[in-house]
Amino acid sequence: MGIQTPNGFNLDNSGKRIVVDPVTRIEGHMRVEVNVDADNVIRNAVSTGTMWRGIEVILKNRDPRDAWAFTERICGVCTGTHALTSVRAVENALGITIPENANSIRNLMQLALQVHDHVVHFYHLHALDWVDVVSALSADPRATSTLAQSISSWPLSSPGYFKDLQTRLKKFVESGQLGPFKNGYWGSKAYKLPPEANLMAVAHYLEALDFQKEIVKIHTVFGGKNPHPNWLVGGVPCPINVDGTGAVGAINMERLNLISSIIDQLIQFNEQVYLPDVAAIGSFYKDWLYGGGLSGQSVLSYGDVPEHANDYSDKSLKLPRGAIINGNLSEVFPVDHANPNEIQEFVVHSWYKYPDETKGLHPWDGITEPNYVLGANAKGTKTAIEQLDEGGKYSWIKAPRWKGHAMEVGPLARWVVGYAQNKAEFKDPVDKFLKDLNLPTSALFSTLGRTAARALESVWAGRQMRYFQDKLIANIKAGDSSTANVDKWKPESWPKEAKGVGFTEAPRGALAHWIKIKDTKIDNYQCVVPTTWNGSPRDPKGNIGAFEASLLNTPMVNPEQPLEILRTIHSFDPCLACSTHVMSPDGQELAKIKVR
Amino acid sequence: MGAATETFYSVIRRQGITRRSFHKFCSLTATSLGLGPLAASRIANALETKPRVPVIWMHGLECTCCSESFIRSAHPLVKDAVLSMISLDYDDTIMAAAGHQAEAILEETRAKHKGQYILAVEGNPPLNEGGMFCIDGGKPFVEKLKMMAEDAMAIIAWGACASWGCVQAAKPNPTQATPIDKVITNKPIIKVPGCPPIAEVMTGVVTFITTFGKLPELDRQGRPKMFYSQRIHDKCYRRPHFDAGQFVEEWDDEAARKGYCLYKMGCKGPTTYNACSTVRWNGGVSFPIQSGHGCIGCSEDGFWDKGSFYDRLTNIKQFGIEKNADQIGMVAAGAVGAAVAAHAAVTAVKRLATKREDADHNS
Repeated sequence: MGIQTPNGFNLDNSGKRIVVDPVTRIEGHMRVEVNVDADNVIRNAVSTGTMWRGIEVILKNRDPRDAWAFTERICGVCTGTHALTSVRAVENALGITIPENANSIRNLMQLALQVHDHVVHFYHLHALDWVDVVSALSADPRATSTLAQSISSWPLSSPGYFKDLQTRLKKFVESGQLGPFKNGYWGSKAYKLPPEANLMAVAHYLEALDFQKEIVKIHTVFGGKNPHPNWLVGGVPCPINVDGTGAVGAINMERLNLISSIIDQLIQFNEQVYLPDVAAIGSFYKDWLYGGGLSGQSVLSYGDVPEHANDYSDKSLKLPRGAIINGNLSEVFPVDHANPNEIQEFVVHSWYKYPDETKGLHPWDGITEPNYVLGANAKGTKTAIEQLDEGGKYSWIKAPRWKGHAMEVGPLARWVVGYAQNKAEFKDPVDKFLKDLNLPTSALFSTLGRTAARALESVWAGRQMRYFQDKLIANIKAGDSSTANVDKWKPESWPKEAKGVGFTEAPRGALAHWIKIKDTKIDNYQCVVPTTWNGSPRDPKGNIGAFEASLLNTPMVNPEQPLEILRTIHSFDPCLACSTHVMSPDGQELAKIKVR
Repeated sequence: MGAATETFYSVIRRQGITRRSFHKFCSLTATSLGLGPLAASRIANALETKPRVPVIWMHGLECTCCSESFIRSAHPLVKDAVLSMISLDYDDTIMAAAGHQAEAILEETRAKHKGQYILAVEGNPPLNEGGMFCIDGGKPFVEKLKMMAEDAMAIIAWGACASWGCVQAAKPNPTQATPIDKVITNKPIIKVPGCPPIAEVMTGVVTFITTFGKLPELDRQGRPKMFYSQRIHDKCYRRPHFDAGQFVEEWDDEAARKGYCLYKMGCKGPTTYNACSTVRWNGGVSFPIQSGHGCIGCSEDGFWDKGSFYDRLTNIKQFGIEKNADQIGMVAAGAVGAAVAAHAAVTAVKRLATKREDADHNS
């Protein structure tokens, strides 16, 4: 039974249907439905974005210099990355260049987000898919200490430390008020860690919670606050004044020292806690290599972190750029955001309407007309959905495709592209990680591989922050304190019409904004974001997206407890507020939305 | 450590709250819920025996910046707040359970803790398309929100979304995103605006309730006076430069490097009520003005629709420092004009008349 998708997956929806709604520990609102066969193996998967906000239509006729603030509010978890993408899009459209210091500061902010987001994702959104909190109560603190000291030189590892923590945890559990741990899947056979590893992980869950707030102070120094720091078209808003009059209110020696100290701490946390934890946890899940989905087949990375200001060429970008299709790692294709035939979005299974839904539209020419209808075989009503029909429309997420291919984006995609390009900074850490666990390269294409790539990337990002901090200081030393280019700040200096594209690698993957400016106002604004790629529904040809592909063929210990589904979906770090907001170029269609 | 086993009652008694005040709080809570006198004693009994106040944290249309801000709290540390001060029984962003195991917690909370839990709302419900622009458990989020509001002791509206509508409610508000006080009209709602609010303001509001055993004093717009009764401008460390007519004229100019006033760059500090210039952000490291960008007014109602963030405030003379948020009220909304007046600085504050020449020369 079942059908084969053009991208090579077998779907069979004849078995028992399991619904998970809400999917928790993600950003935003999401639903997953799967069919399991008689052996409780997932044979069909349906992922649905269940929210829509319409940010782009709100941007129409606004000042392009304000767009960063609006788009930044697309997501407060990957805060700042949309803002950076937005200022790059406006600068690209208007031909604005930024000073070298602004490039270094933007890279520091983007990389700080990368580290923060990866750390918080692993410990606070993802760890409970691998770690049994209640099991930690039966751990031997001395053995936990031995375990911790065997994998890392992190100082918080004494038997007493783990004993105190266990006592606190015990009191917490015995209070009967489990808070965020209430109704978890504790004791499930899907958990494979010994109690000592669970206790160590719980300790690091709490340490990471304390530490993450330090990382973002880099945003606070340069952008005034976090979440949602301030950005500027043409550079960065913070001036540099190291030793002149008024230096106390600018980027000065004290501020640079603060940044430097945070970078030292995060490098240490990455290398002594985060990566060793992922390796240790991974060593107990070596036989659970499900969840590969599209990762071994079709991956996409736009690249980011330019070495030189205003140079977005492959050579300048420190995160790699390119597309891989059909699992052929020996060929990495170039990606062109401006080519109307490369990136296109489809809506045949999305709650939007196109004049011709067999065709995709490039973001510069995108249309978004909400069209909330359920498929003929859906169960329940429009406002009380029991089961969706994937044969009809079933998501607020569109289906973006690169040259017709469904693509996975994110840390694993970036690292696969870097690996395929034979870049030592990506290939060597991957090979070492796999060798230490005695796993073949193919093991990379899995839920565990996705989680490991994120940890490896956090380590990489920390080192890059050191590099750009040093570069910033060297440039100031050489006499350049400039942080903003105001030549084209005034709208009078702009052409009557302009269009541009800005791209970044957000923590969750490839992100781009397309803008059209007319008479100094935004005429059209479109974002195609990482979770739109990963969470995409089916396209007109029946290709399934990355979330859906990753769930297939995974056995569930107990279908009533969706632990395996959560584990794999979380490995993408979904961000639904990001993915589900695309809007029309002219907004006219909105008048059709009925107010009820 | 000890706090983990203390009850709400013992905590507030330790803070010097009398038994009489405690019971008064319980009666007021019962009254606000439309419950009878029996309910008051039931609530009192629960708070005396229940170790930590249950908190249900729900998410509508939002970006999760409020949750992210909350976990940045330096004092208290968020781990202490969650392990020892409140019982965060439901929060889709961090909870272990999903699907029906998560949904079951909501039902259980309503049944077991009627009138005793705090409902914290991040984001807002969209009302267009039958509410299905935000689906939760297959149903419109607004239904779930109303259901949980029904039996809550108090409601906290986190951030600009829940308080005012925020970005998705900016014109033309395609989803009809609606602040929660427009759909929950029979309950006291504490608005904690900002995009997001400052972390220590958020934990400050929650711990005020658990420490003093009462809701914080609110202004007419429903905001805690302790954090929102003064403008950024009133306490801004760059205020002397405003008074002296020393302004940044261009990004990264000499004045910017000297830390002069950002008023001419569009700073909305003079019309924004928030604690940024006093509490500051992320453990006091900085705040937007200190880092060189003007305030964008993110804690004010409708701040997205008051012209560009770089448009200069055109008329702020009616805002004497002695006026409070209630007196200014919604007038502020209209005052943040779209036009840029070349000599706006001179109309700033009457008392600054002597500085007019400086300002004019600088504009």
